[in-house]
Amino acid sequence: MRARLFAHPGFVVGAVIVGAVVLMAAVSYVWTPYDPTFVDASSRLLSPSWSHPFGTDKFGRDVFSQILMGSRTTLFVGFVAVGVAAAVGVPLGIVSAMAPRYVDEPLMRGSDLLLAFPALLLAIMFSAVYGASTLTAMVAIGIASIPSFARVIRSGALQVMRQEYVLAARVAGRGPVAVGVRHVLPNVASLVIVQASVSFAIAVLAEAALSYLGLGTPPPTPSWGRMLQESQELLFVAPRLSVFPGAAIALAVLGFNLLGDGLRDVLDPRLEDQR
Amino acid sequence: MTLRLLLRTGALLVSLAVSSAAVFAFMAVLPGDPARVALGVNASDAAVAAMRTQYGLDRPLLTQYVDWATHLVRFDLGTSYVSKAEIGPQVLDRFQVSLWLVVVSMLIAVIVAVPLGTLAAVRHRSALGVVVTAVSQVGVAIPAFLAGIALVTVFAVMLRWLPANGWTPPSADPAMFVKQLILPALSLGAVQGAVLTRYVRSAVLDVLREDYIRTARAKGLTPVRALVRHGLRNAAIPVVTVLGLQLATLLIGAVVIERVFVIPGLGSLLLDAVRTRDLIVVQDVVMLLVLAVLVVNYLVDLLYLAIDPRLRTGEVR
Repeated sequence: MRARLFAHPGFVVGAVIVGAVVLMAAVSYVWTPYDPTFVDASSRLLSPSWSHPFGTDKFGRDVFSQILMGSRTTLFVGFVAVGVAAAVGVPLGIVSAMAPRYVDEPLMRGSDLLLAFPALLLAIMFSAVYGASTLTAMVAIGIASIPSFARVIRSGALQVMRQEYVLAARVAGRGPVAVGVRHVLPNVASLVIVQASVSFAIAVLAEAALSYLGLGTPPPTPSWGRMLQESQELLFVAPRLSVFPGAAIALAVLGFNLLGDGLRDVLDPRLEDQR
Repeated sequence: MTLRLLLRTGALLVSLAVSSAAVFAFMAVLPGDPARVALGVNASDAAVAAMRTQYGLDRPLLTQYVDWATHLVRFDLGTSYVSKAEIGPQVLDRFQVSLWLVVVSMLIAVIVAVPLGTLAAVRHRSALGVVVTAVSQVGVAIPAFLAGIALVTVFAVMLRWLPANGWTPPSADPAMFVKQLILPALSLGAVQGAVLTRYVRSAVLDVLREDYIRTARAKGLTPVRALVRHGLRNAAIPVVTVLGLQLATLLIGAVVIERVFVIPGLGSLLLDAVRTRDLIVVQDVVMLLVLAVLVVNYLVDLLYLAIDPRLRTGEVR
């Protein structure tokens, strides 16, 4: 399977991009060229040079350092949001697949209803009530991603439930919880991985949009979306300032999308063969 | 058919009831006290109490909910906690603005996606097909607001062909209206078009593998005629679903695009209300957007019945 993954061009490109983003975040913990929040009035709006590879912003902050630190925000929000979605969505999907129809039906209708509340609307509601923060953004994105997890895992679990080993386990007297955890969960794990990667891409997009609107991570913590928003007022003066965060967002989303598509292409046929 | 319609309508009504209760519960119950939120932490207890009485916030929650919901049905959205203005007329004004943006974007998305997606499917082994697929893959990764900023940089900052932002009602100055609408609609529409292109491509690919296309080809129809005569109607079914879901995405995406282009639509109203902590406006506008999403999905389901005769005669699932 590893050979097939590495023969998949989309997966390889996606993995390289995602690897680069993770590397950037890791590097930012030990080293950034400058303190990304350091305001230096004497070096405002500098063009890219050897000392500032991406130039500086209107406060004289080093853009390259901010991009490095911003990758942390992106990954952190993505991880927590996808974690929230998986933690609720995966059990929901499995329970829905195993339970009788009068449990399954309301659970799925409820999850469908959640689709009418996109991440942005939830984030707006949260920040109206609690004020905008990284936490409200993460939770909003996470909740909005629950239905897609629940749906995908439910259909995978329904297939697994038809397998003979599940029947054997039930005949042998295993309870529903044991069947769910020991037999269903490991067999939908690949679906969880694929969905996590796809949801991560959506989470990165949503985080960028929320911080652009000022509904995400508050300043001074660098975030790509807010860098973009700050660059917009200077579009006529220094249009290059929007290029770096913009490219970072698009590349990160592209990376997770390609990774997810590649994983799906390679991992999914296995489930289809079992049908 | 009738049973299906009734069931679907019933489901819509239940969804509306549940989601409005959820929005109300979140906005009115969780913060503890909307009056305190609106007036700020430093407000005196007397001022808060007066506001609670004025807006009926001291009544039982169930009464408040029923009152809000029944007024909502009559499109009476109440008065703002902050500006003390009627919310309904404001929302209607702003909604027209957003609707222009959403409808024109949707048109752009369809005009881009249907020919490109079909092309990518019919020529899926040629270089052209691969290029279209690759471009749409990159397009999916670009959020609309980023596309907006890029378009402004090129067409407003560098070329100076179009205004960078702003909004003029079509009745005031039609030429200016069109000029100012092009960039925002293009940024929303092109990105949605990229997503839609992928769906059109896979829908057409699926149809091309069907036996009836082979039969049509065997009858002597050219590939294009076989597709037009027999394939496109079938390919339309999954595409219409996505289109419906996208209409919902566009409504929400417009919120962000309105901020990029300083357009006074529903989104700006919502974001301003968040900034001023005007919870009743947030509650109303969020509910209207949720309502729009649910109603669009409902209409998509009805459209299915019209497109696919099999669903009309088939038994209810």
